[in-house]
Amino acid sequence: MLIHITPRSACRSSEITTETAYLSRRHFMAGTGLLLAGAAFPSLATETASRYEGVTPAPVPAWLAPKLAKTQWRTTEVSGEAITPFRDASQYNNFYEFGPEKRDPATHAHQLPTEPWSLIIDGEVAKPGRYALEDLFSPFTLQERIYRMRCVEAWSMVIPWLGFPLAELLKRVEPTSSAHYVGFETLNDPEHMPGIRSRFALINWPYVEGLRLDEAMHPLTLLAVGMYGRVLPNQNGAPLRLVVPWKYGFKSIKSIVRISLLSTQPRTTWQSMAPQEYGFYANVNPDVSHPRWSQAQERRLPNGVFSSNVRPTLVFNGYADEVASLYKGMDLKKDY
Amino acid sequence: MAQPLWRCGVFMLALLPLLFWFYQAQQGLLGPDPGKVLLEHLGEGALILMLLTLSLTPLQRITLWSGWSLIRRQLGLWCFCYASLHLMSYLAFLLNFDFSRLNHELWERPYILLGFGAWLILLLLSLTSNAFSRRKLGKNWKLLHRLLYLGLVLALLHLLLILRSDFGSWMLYAGVGLILILNRLFGLRSP
Ligand code: HEM
Repeated sequence: MLIHITPRSACRSSEITTETAYLSRRHFMAGTGLLLAGAAFPSLATETASRYEGVTPAPVPAWLAPKLAKTQWRTTEVSGEAITPFRDASQYNNFYEFGPEKRDPATHAHQLPTEPWSLIIDGEVAKPGRYALEDLFSPFTLQERIYRMRCVEAWSMVIPWLGFPLAELLKRVEPTSSAHYVGFETLNDPEHMPGIRSRFALINWPYVEGLRLDEAMHPLTLLAVGMYGRVLPNQNGAPLRLVVPWKYGFKSIKSIVRISLLSTQPRTTWQSMAPQEYGFYANVNPDVSHPRWSQAQERRLPNGVFSSNVRPTLVFNGYADEVASLYKGMDLKKDY
Repeated sequence: MAQPLWRCGVFMLALLPLLFWFYQAQQGLLGPDPGKVLLEHLGEGALILMLLTLSLTPLQRITLWSGWSLIRRQLGLWCFCYASLHLMSYLAFLLNFDFSRLNHELWERPYILLGFGAWLILLLLSLTSNAFSRRKLGKNWKLLHRLLYLGLVLALLHLLLILRSDFGSWMLYAGVGLILILNRLFGLRSP
């Protein structure tokens, strides 16, 4: 099959205008924010100010600060496509534990305590246990990865993540020979998560996701702890989330408390709620239509009412060169 | 209250949200995906107007104030107006005016078909809302306009099918709708 990728250098003028318009409009806000934060965290404020505009600074956990200083910036890029403004990436979220609306996560997530945080690693591994994040990541160098992020609802963003390849972590805990899949679980904390408290919630908490082991070990698969040069905002999945750029966003599970190495394929949350709508793989694929949303195109955010920013969706979200070989011989229309 | 004043006030109230959303969109206050937000506001507005329109007769019976029925046609037409703008924002912001996809969308996605059915009912009722049709249709006019209850059921199913994680707001709308339908079937009748 011939996989068509639009040239990376193809940059649309509409993208440029949108971003500059956005940035100038909130220049004032960002300025005051940085001034205020500058008083509290001087080093961080200058750090973020130089890298991305309009970023709300946040305190860095002690274990992460030295790593942030040694970050390998921009190890992957999405050239020719504008990075989504921080405000949009941090205020337009699906994180149903905090409520069903796009604004709910940004409104409620700040209540969640994310420090200290520990991660349970269990199942088919030589070194299972409950690990503190600082211990788990102590040998690794932080990398910045700029990835496209494609939601199954047919919108997309471009986000600069900070994190570690999941493969490094998995190698460290030594999967056994019977480990073929990786299961992930989100925090289930009704006290701090109003979406879970709702009596009308349709989801069976906790939220669970999964990958095949070779997908999990792929160099593009990232465990993110930050974005836009700072720690993750809670609504974006602090303190630890998955980022799998060639799959629909719901695979990139947030606020992870458990990673399990498994011999059989786990049943994910959306798969069990609506198996005809959500497959285990959920690879971005313009040719496989979701029952609710066509996947042929996407609205690249920020999108405007008067100037639309719609682009064709790419096979594997534009990462076909890197990942198509993982699925050789599979019928992607059946294994969606 | 003076009749024209009451009608005019309701007109302004119904127009206000549209102006407000237009202002928000124009000022960039609707977030990064403003078309989708407008679509949702308009859909929700249409549903609320539908419920309000159907509440007027029971309200009149409870409060014994005849002013309610004076705004029935107006609210019904506002409901059609919101629903049509909802449809237009679907065509503009989700389909990107690619009408070749419409056929597929209608038949592949039950929620679109249901919404379209509800809109067709609103269209039919709006076209026959004038005094001429009313005279012409005689007794059948009332029967025809009871189709709004069917429109309500279709709209509620339309909403049910697009829920993702929580059905709290749906329960609220469906609860009010159920009361209205039960009242129509078993409640007090006008003499
Ligand atoms: C003309 C045909 C219609 C079409 C094509 C249509 C299409 C849509 C679409 C695409 C959505 C968003 C789905 C999503 O969230 O992914 C939606 C939402 C909605 N629609 Fe419609 N619709 C139609 C008619 C109607 C009518 C007649 C009503 C009510 C009287 C209605 C009420 C709603 C409501 C309440 C929502 C949910 C808004 C929210 O998320 O808050 N729709 N519709």
